[in-house]
Amino acid sequence: MTTAAFMILLAGTVGAYLLNRHAAEQIRNRGARLHSLAGFHGLYGALLVAVPTLVVVLVWLLVEGAVIDRLVMSGLPAAALDGLGAGERQLILSEITQLAGGRQFGQPQPWVLEAAARMVRLRLASDVLLVATVLALGGGMAVLAWRRVSPDFRARQQAERIVNGLMVFCSTIAIFTTVGIVASLVFETGRFLAMIPWTEFLLGTRWEPQMAIRADQIAAQGSFGVIPVFLGTMVITVVALVVAVPVGLFSAIYLNEFASPRTRRMVKPVLEILAGVPTVVYGFFAVLTIAPALREFGAATGLPIAPNTALAAGLVMGVMLIPFISSFTDDALTAVPRSLRDGALALGATRAETVMNVLFPAAIPGIVGGILLAVSRAVGETMIVVMAAGLIAKLTLNPLDSVTTVTVQIVTLLIGDTAFDSPKTLAAFALGMLLFVVTLAINVLALRIVRKYREIYD
Amino acid sequence: MTDFRAEHRAIDWASGEIGARIRRRNRAQLRLRLVGMAAIGFAFAMLATLVGSLLWTGTRAFRQTHVAIEVHYDAGILNPDNLQRGNYRAILGATMQALFPDLPDSALRKATAILSNGAQFMVRDRIVADPALLGQRISLRVPVSDPYDQLHKGLIDRETPEEFRRLKDDEIALWDRLEAAGAVSAPLNWGLITNADSRFPELAGLRGALMGSFWALLTCFVLSFPIGIGAAIYLEEFAPKNRTSDFIEVNINNLAAVPSVVFGLLGLAVFLNWLGLPRSAPFVGGMVLALMTLPTIIIATRAALKAVPPSIREAALGLGASRQQVVFHHVLPLAMPGILTGTIIGLAQALGETAPLLLIGMNAFVTAAPGSPFDPSTALPTQIFIWADSPERGFVSRTSAAILVLLMFLVAMNALAIYLRNRFERKW
Repeated sequence: MTTAAFMILLAGTVGAYLLNRHAAEQIRNRGARLHSLAGFHGLYGALLVAVPTLVVVLVWLLVEGAVIDRLVMSGLPAAALDGLGAGERQLILSEITQLAGGRQFGQPQPWVLEAAARMVRLRLASDVLLVATVLALGGGMAVLAWRRVSPDFRARQQAERIVNGLMVFCSTIAIFTTVGIVASLVFETGRFLAMIPWTEFLLGTRWEPQMAIRADQIAAQGSFGVIPVFLGTMVITVVALVVAVPVGLFSAIYLNEFASPRTRRMVKPVLEILAGVPTVVYGFFAVLTIAPALREFGAATGLPIAPNTALAAGLVMGVMLIPFISSFTDDALTAVPRSLRDGALALGATRAETVMNVLFPAAIPGIVGGILLAVSRAVGETMIVVMAAGLIAKLTLNPLDSVTTVTVQIVTLLIGDTAFDSPKTLAAFALGMLLFVVTLAINVLALRIVRKYREIYD
Repeated sequence: MTDFRAEHRAIDWASGEIGARIRRRNRAQLRLRLVGMAAIGFAFAMLATLVGSLLWTGTRAFRQTHVAIEVHYDAGILNPDNLQRGNYRAILGATMQALFPDLPDSALRKATAILSNGAQFMVRDRIVADPALLGQRISLRVPVSDPYDQLHKGLIDRETPEEFRRLKDDEIALWDRLEAAGAVSAPLNWGLITNADSRFPELAGLRGALMGSFWALLTCFVLSFPIGIGAAIYLEEFAPKNRTSDFIEVNINNLAAVPSVVFGLLGLAVFLNWLGLPRSAPFVGGMVLALMTLPTIIIATRAALKAVPPSIREAALGLGASRQQVVFHHVLPLAMPGILTGTIIGLAQALGETAPLLLIGMNAFVTAAPGSPFDPSTALPTQIFIWADSPERGFVSRTSAAILVLLMFLVAMNALAIYLRNRFERKW
């Protein structure tokens, strides 16, 4: 039925275009001068049909499921839902949905069967109503547009106004996305902080989100202190930077100053490949190759290297960040004006002295900005650490030990089925909020450093 | 001045001291060069190790060990009216009995365990498709279970003491008899692409993941391509330079730097929880990916629009075109190669994105490929994540093979983007 609605919409749009263009052409053939080309009359008709109808269909499809679920649930006998939690309600609802889809398991209660039948009826009614609405609205708009066709009608301006409006809408999607991110994070974090005081969240030193789901279970009372998780993120980030910064810096310096153009042309794309490899691949690489190698190294040297040490994740993340640092350094070095380089060389400095004493200091703001952006990447990086880092939050700075990170906790707390009323789930949103704020702050800082300290040479 | 000149003259450029100083400075330069080369060498070595280890483990999964068996559809065991529910285990047992007539019943179970757990379903599907086979004998090639696959590929060391080995001596002896009889073969593993996911590594394939990724990318493209172009055209060609458009620009640039997992949180909270869209659906995954790809497409489109010289616009305006006609009839078609290049690169990034898909549940265990974007499914990267987490040894090589498939797609997409750029992009 949904397909039918879209087909009607498409047919209506094309029909309105042809109808209006034809009407306009006839006016012209009768000898009147049209203000706009016939094609614009057609476009106006098509837009007038397509835009509002499409909006109605999309909104309808978005809310249809939720509305039907709510209607079905509210129609259940009052006794059936007494004293049930959100999770159990969800189970009943999914049983009804399964039944309505024609999949019956066991012998459901009669009121469940009845609810399933009601759900089927409601769905059918909704489909019929949707098609009727599309027909009525599309037809009405088509007639409205058709009646406006006249020699004086400024169809081009009207159509262009609609197109302009559509483009404005497209560019506000970015704002809606930001608003959506902030709203969902703030809302869920607010619910989390209503259960756990923010002092405990931000200042607590124990992170043990495993808590009892039922009252009779024996489990630790969950504790949500974010400091060990944050410390773990820092440890892995530092390891990654220790790898990425020197390698990225020196490879950029070599490529910029010493390499022949041919080497440069060959090496740069290969470095860029490192940036294009999906992070899940890096994660598997860390588990498959790096972690066992480190384990053997630990066994050979007697170093206490944990099975999922922060070193493995950090090292691989560092490799991922190499092209990032290298390209930022490259850009910053290239941006230093030629005159500085020539001046230093003319004074007798070697190429190395020119780079290290003249170009590098001048390029530092750009390089620092790049490193900060790399930090924000490392803090927000998810798959490498989910696959290669640990799950237990430890209050340690030792990179040989196993640590966990903010992103690991977000993913492990939310993987599988989630109920939106337990602090365990909401904690993930609080962590997400923290992550969002920290990465945003680092990004803003990086941009400011680049802008503020950039020497103006012109 | 005279002092200066005197001092200046005092330097003897040919002296040993100066020579030593120059050599020292040149050595410092050489050191910097070597460090730079070492840095590049390190990056290359890591890339080579990455690709090498994936190829090393992954290519094994491109072959799957099979064993040829002769199945007798015994009319005494099967009920012709209900072939769907016959005792196919017993049929396989009888098959193995025929292969190893000297084995006692207790060892026969071990012999049956050579065959994959899915063998009984293959035997069943064959006769369900052709009921005339009842009472007949056919020969069939079925995959072997994971330990024997590993053994055949030489991954189980026969020298290991028996108690640490996954296959005991008697099991290996059975296998050697099969091999000596010429029943074992290792053809190309098409199941890797044509099968959906499975608990058993020898049967697990990528079909569900490939379809899931296809639907998600299609959704992502359908949403982000028109919206991205619309937004870019507005911001580049029509937007007045005021605070609103500045605000939009800042927003787009910030979105490009938001960690991907945060987009997953957005999808979970807004699309799944508030709007009640289905979990694990590629459609929802595609919507989240579209939000992430949007900044990439907008930025690429704006660059492509900017590269079209103003003379084109002025000429069209001069001939009486409206501003929108100028853009849609002239500027946009000229900018299309650049836009497509940026879009393909954005889609390639979206194809490899994992974290947001995990949060909206696209890591479900689904044994059927999705028929529509609303069915639960996995995607290529989440399938890699699931297999990487599976304990069975056979999944290690399958994970690498899945990664190789993913990388192949990425290389193909990037190659297409480069081709488009080189073939169609004009320099003005």
